[in-house]
Amino acid sequence: MARIIVVTSGKGGVGKTTSSAAIASGLALQGKKTAVIDFDIGLRNLDLILGCERRVVYDFVNVLNKEATLKQALIKDKRCENLYILPASQTRDKDALTFDGVEAVLTELKEQGFEYIICDSPAGIEHGALMALYFADEAIVTTNPEVSSVRDSDRILGILDAKSRRAEQGLEPVRQHLLLTRYNPQRVVDGEMLSVEDVLEILSIPLLGVIPESSAVLNASNKGVPVVFDSEADAGLAYQDTIARLLGEERPLRFVQAEKKGFLKRLFGG
Amino acid sequence: MSLLDFFRTSKPSTASTAKERLQIIVAERRRQGDALPAYLPQLKNDILQVLAKYVNTDPSMVNITLEHTDDNLSVLELNVTLPDDD
Repeated sequence: MARIIVVTSGKGGVGKTTSSAAIASGLALQGKKTAVIDFDIGLRNLDLILGCERRVVYDFVNVLNKEATLKQALIKDKRCENLYILPASQTRDKDALTFDGVEAVLTELKEQGFEYIICDSPAGIEHGALMALYFADEAIVTTNPEVSSVRDSDRILGILDAKSRRAEQGLEPVRQHLLLTRYNPQRVVDGEMLSVEDVLEILSIPLLGVIPESSAVLNASNKGVPVVFDSEADAGLAYQDTIARLLGEERPLRFVQAEKKGFLKRLFGG
Repeated sequence: MSLLDFFRTSKPSTASTAKERLQIIVAERRRQGDALPAYLPQLKNDILQVLAKYVNTDPSMVNITLEHTDDNLSVLELNVTLPDDD
């Protein structure tokens, strides 16, 4: 049975697309047949993060409008055997995303044997974001340890509980996971940043992973290679742990403790 | 925390302020999140009709509220203001 997972957040710029690309690639590396769909109609970016921007011929909206088949629009990833990308269109056509159209695409992906379908949500709570989460079985709520992001995540949790297909049809609720990104343990120690425990206490949903703030993330998007491939970077390893947990493995949290400071640093700060 | 910081007056961390503020707004949102059941307006109407058999009624005389308490308990509060006898 395919798992439809939405990567969502409410707030923009917290790492939804970075996380979608990393998680989809990671699942495919584990041998899972995975599709990742960009729901940000008009502001396509997932293709760039995955490094396939020059191979886009048809997009999600072409498929919904029956101008292309799903097979024609899906881009096969060059790095992972099992990964396929469905890019968003660059032209704004907000009426293109219909319940029936999106459902038909998801059903066809399931019929083609996809085990994981990752829906990369746009920011906000408008139509595109609602369509991205509507059919989801699970939600990865991407959150930064920062007040506006936490509040928006809470808002999205409310929408998942009220407006998803599972909520409307009275089915088992959407399974919610917290993914805390851009975490800086030193700033937590200094009392400048909400800790993992703080955010968990406020949102009270299970923790899937903590991704440390890392220069590797920008380097990865510069290159168009998802950060999960960077096994030398803490952020890459943290995504690998996150994916293992998504697959049911138990992994201890890493990179959540601040580095121990030397004696002189402790004495004089810095 | 450095030696110099040790001599400064300690203020509460900004992170703990953030946490407190968030806890308040999230609790508020979650209270509102529990939508009232759709049958409440109809229930109010039915009660008004029953009352109309005995006294002169006015929609403002019946007030219904539903409250959720922490321990998974819902309290339906019904307030009826009867008109003056004269």
